[in-house]
Amino acid sequence: MRLPEPCGPLSEGVVRALVAQPDGPHAVSETRAMGDVSDPLTDRDLQLALWTLYELHYRGFDGVPPEAEWDPLLIVSRAALERTFEHAVRQLVADSPPADELGHLGDRPSDRVTAALTRMTVGSGPSEVAKFLHRRATREEFCGYLGQRAVHHLRESDPYSFVLPRIGDAAKVALAELQYDEYGGGRPDRLHQELFARALRSLDMSTDLTSYVDEAEGATLASVNLLSLFALNRRLRGAAMGHLAAFEATSSLPCERILRGAQRLELPPEVGDYYEEHVVADAVHEQLAIRSICGALVDAEPDLADDVLFGATACLAVDGLAGEVLLDGWRSRRTPSRGRDVRAAG
Amino acid sequence: MSARRVSVTECPGGPLLVRGADEIEGPDGTITATDRSVVALCRCGRSDRLPWCDASHRDRKRRSKNRRTEGDGEDRAPEAT
Ligand code: FES
Ligand SMILES: [Fe+2]
Ligand SMILES: [Fe+2]
Repeated sequence: MRLPEPCGPLSEGVVRALVAQPDGPHAVSETRAMGDVSDPLTDRDLQLALWTLYELHYRGFDGVPPEAEWDPLLIVSRAALERTFEHAVRQLVADSPPADELGHLGDRPSDRVTAALTRMTVGSGPSEVAKFLHRRATREEFCGYLGQRAVHHLRESDPYSFVLPRIGDAAKVALAELQYDEYGGGRPDRLHQELFARALRSLDMSTDLTSYVDEAEGATLASVNLLSLFALNRRLRGAAMGHLAAFEATSSLPCERILRGAQRLELPPEVGDYYEEHVVADAVHEQLAIRSICGALVDAEPDLADDVLFGATACLAVDGLAGEVLLDGWRSRRTPSRGRDVRAAG
Repeated sequence: MSARRVSVTECPGGPLLVRGADEIEGPDGTITATDRSVVALCRCGRSDRLPWCDASHRDRKRRSKNRRTEGDGEDRAPEAT
């Protein structure tokens, strides 16, 4: 995979550090200038720099030595970007309505968490983005949506797999069960990432991840970076599982709308197949994630209850921000429409 | 193929999770086969994909299937934040 096109001092610094030859990667001195970033959650340069460093832990880049993944100087740089990002996420979550002040939610920590997860995601029905795709989007706008979401869907589920060795017992078994489904249930042709790639190919769109990263909004990159932040830091494993629960529990209904949008536009069946699969699969994943994973995790580690709810709130808030940005783009070109929450399908 | 354990888990306010099922028989005798290791069976009757749950039980404002085909969803509960 090729490196992305830098778009500012931070991402330029990261790309330069990665291709430094022959002495190998070096620190990204530009991360010292992060005080200039006014809104880390939408700052494309910061999010691209972080995305590029995270990618070293997934598939890496052509021309970048694999050792870069654990290069201490790059880890220092990554940690600096992560601190700024995590701080901004925690501020956004602090401004969101608290999940567990929603009445009596039960006595055991796991009851409190499963009830809160259910309540905070109920009525989050089809988002404005999903309604727009259902009723109004042109083919071009629909494809633009797929292009933004490609940054997530071409790697769908992978971050959560990092959590498997970090949790135990019933929660681990349930996460493995959910991931088995995301990974095709034993059938390579049903791998969810592949279903999405097939949808792109059916529209003559590229399946090269970097080409979508180059076009992605800062907020879109933030929504995928959030997942890597939670999944790659063991201390945030509870947040990662809360993120998963919120993600899955707000997927089926929007996917139904997007499916009908694809049918309205008479897009190839491969596009509908991706969303059809997610209407049914995510109705199962919702239950697995909320009860079998988060409930069991909090039973085993009650101290993680707040982290689980933080992760879920962060998922809804950051993805909501990405949805706003996308809707703003559509609004600026046509009839106004209000709403949040860009993504569907996990 | 060796015998699998089949288990059913109740989800309050939601579906039944069934692990290890090969097929589901509907009230009219219709058989629906599945190759998923775990499926969610609708208990609320509002799913458009019976016998499977499609998360319609979450759609608090929706009372019948007929309403679903009307409007643009403006009758829905507000978005979560
Ligand atoms: S129980 Fe989920 S749609 Fe009926
Ligand atoms: Fe998926
Ligand atoms: Fe899913």
